[in-house]
Amino acid sequence: MSASDASMSNGSEIEGSVSNANPPAKTASSRVIKVSELARVEGEGNLTIRIKDGRVKTVRFGIHEPPRFFEALLQGRMFGDAPDITARICGICPIAYAQGASHAMERALGVDLSSGPLRDLRRLQYCGEWIESHVLHTYMLHAPDFLGYPDSIALAKDHPGVVEKALRLKKLGNRILEAVGGRAIHPVNMKVGGFYKTPAKSAIRALIEPLKQAIEDSLDSVHLFAGFDFPDFESDYTFVALHHPSEYAIEQGRIVSNRGLDIDIAQFEENFDEEHVSYSNALHGVMKGEHGPAYLTGPLARYALNYQQLSPLCRETASEAGLGAVERNPFKSLLIRAIEVVYACEEALRLASAYEEPEVPAVPVAPRAGQGAGCTEAPRGICYHRYQLDAQGRILTARIVPPTAQNQKIIEADLLGVVTRNLDLSDAQLQHRCEQAIRNYDPCISCATHFVKLTVIRE
Amino acid sequence: MTAKPKLAVWKFSSCDGCQLSLLDCEDELLAVAGAVEIAYFLEASRAVTSGPYDLSLVEGSITTPHDAERIRKVRRQSRTLITIGACATAGGIQALKNFANVQSFIRSVYPHPEFIDTLATSTAIKDHVPVDFELRGCPISKHQLLELVSAVLNLRKPVIPTASQCLECKRAGTVCVMVASGTPCLGPVTQAGCGNLCPAHDRGCYGCFGPAEAPNTASLAQHLAVLGQSRRDIELAFRSFNANAEAFRREGNAHERE
Repeated sequence: MSASDASMSNGSEIEGSVSNANPPAKTASSRVIKVSELARVEGEGNLTIRIKDGRVKTVRFGIHEPPRFFEALLQGRMFGDAPDITARICGICPIAYAQGASHAMERALGVDLSSGPLRDLRRLQYCGEWIESHVLHTYMLHAPDFLGYPDSIALAKDHPGVVEKALRLKKLGNRILEAVGGRAIHPVNMKVGGFYKTPAKSAIRALIEPLKQAIEDSLDSVHLFAGFDFPDFESDYTFVALHHPSEYAIEQGRIVSNRGLDIDIAQFEENFDEEHVSYSNALHGVMKGEHGPAYLTGPLARYALNYQQLSPLCRETASEAGLGAVERNPFKSLLIRAIEVVYACEEALRLASAYEEPEVPAVPVAPRAGQGAGCTEAPRGICYHRYQLDAQGRILTARIVPPTAQNQKIIEADLLGVVTRNLDLSDAQLQHRCEQAIRNYDPCISCATHFVKLTVIRE
Repeated sequence: MTAKPKLAVWKFSSCDGCQLSLLDCEDELLAVAGAVEIAYFLEASRAVTSGPYDLSLVEGSITTPHDAERIRKVRRQSRTLITIGACATAGGIQALKNFANVQSFIRSVYPHPEFIDTLATSTAIKDHVPVDFELRGCPISKHQLLELVSAVLNLRKPVIPTASQCLECKRAGTVCVMVASGTPCLGPVTQAGCGNLCPAHDRGCYGCFGPAEAPNTASLAQHLAVLGQSRRDIELAFRSFNANAEAFRREGNAHERE
């Protein structure tokens, strides 16, 4: 495999939609570039950019992942089915869905698991998902862009030690998921009210030594990534994230922004909405009011709004990597994910070291009519759930707002900025830069639909 | 140098979890990558080599007219085509729409139904093209995936048992949750392979590996009724991640409300 990006085509020949194989005729005033399927994103999407007379006319980031209708197929099912079913929205972040659904049901049914050993176990499990998902994205999906490789396997040929270390970290994330949930993808041990079975103390304590090694490995990642050449790009984003006064918010907190928003998660729908555009199967998240409609959720937002809640080691490491307390360059989301992996390893070590088997695996939950919201920090950003239940505990209505849907407007805005500043690049280079800009958001397109084709049209 | 077999990984309607299982083979990934040429795997690489392909792994179900056409093109370019997971093998959780009015589904999720191009059904890959092997699971077991890829590369029969989950519990010494605590369990009619997960976590099997060989679903349904499950409960138990697998579809339909 060649490491030269310009010689590579992207997308499926079977699709017959590879544009770079036949770059469109270019005139001084018009250009057309197409990428029909973006690689190294989870799911399928496309991008169309139209350039006329040296000006970018339109940028459309579309998601063509076929719709799967989760909100509709949940109707009529029991409240207890929601964690297992919604986990299937995304194979990369099933915990985000299963926990978000559980939290929403617990609110609807008047059960409080916001503190105590069951909450700690859930947070440990979520740390496992952050580690697994972030290491997958940073090393296997995003880093190859910075190093000029088509993928991590080509990278491994030249730098086997780097990829082996990454795989060791990723495996530990999965091991945490397995220890708490039974398996890494779509774990079976989670339920509304807690868990089916409490993990044995020996199984959780066995994570301690590997986690100590993982902290070292995760620090090495930050130092490696800090040496990358980051494209010069910043934007004055509206950041939205969960915030908790005493810890880096993962599965609990209020929804806050850098423009004064500070709400309970139950007020999400009063402040945020979704738009349906004709070129995408994912709804576009919009913020109501003067600071919208576009807003950013995910690593950049979490970091900016929760910097003080990071551990001293994370803040020190961030500083060594050249990061300030707020970072507005989306390409540096790679570095922030690496910092978050350090945090997740430290936090998992703390929780595993303190673990004692809870007296009961779950608290009792009785069905009743009601409504409840849940919101957690999925690796890609806030993921909102809301359910309405009847007296028997059957689901009347469901609403799920995944992070990639919320970030679509920001992704389009970033692309507009990136293309505008890089019109002198060749079509292949521009295409690659745009793909990289999309991968900044680790777009989990399976989640957002609810396929990326890049089309750049220079007219 | 002898050419390595060309591996392609294709995605249709799915959660990406089954192809992620390949990337989750942390200890074996570089060895697998050494044994094959990864010719098409968009989730992992932007480098793409044209077909034909020696082995195609197909994830996801067919839910759009475009995908119904695309799978035929994939089949024409693939020497061996294997489906991975419940979506590709049975239609997945999204096949629940097969039992409902799809227009009302679209209306309940999307403000502009006219933008959505979808078939009324979510169907397995075998409903569209011939399939050489179907790997079960929601998600698949990465151990079974490695066994299958190894078998295909070495031209031997894969060792993938088709017996029920019950056998897996007996071998593992897991106490039967249905006998011991009256917990409803689909283990007697579900294919083994997950690694004895749910009963070992004190819950009933929910059928994510689909129907076992010759499953007696009617007998199990009777027993679930004895345990106090309503017709609606039994219908929904069979209608989850493998709702459109024939044996589960039949039993679910038999318990549908009048």
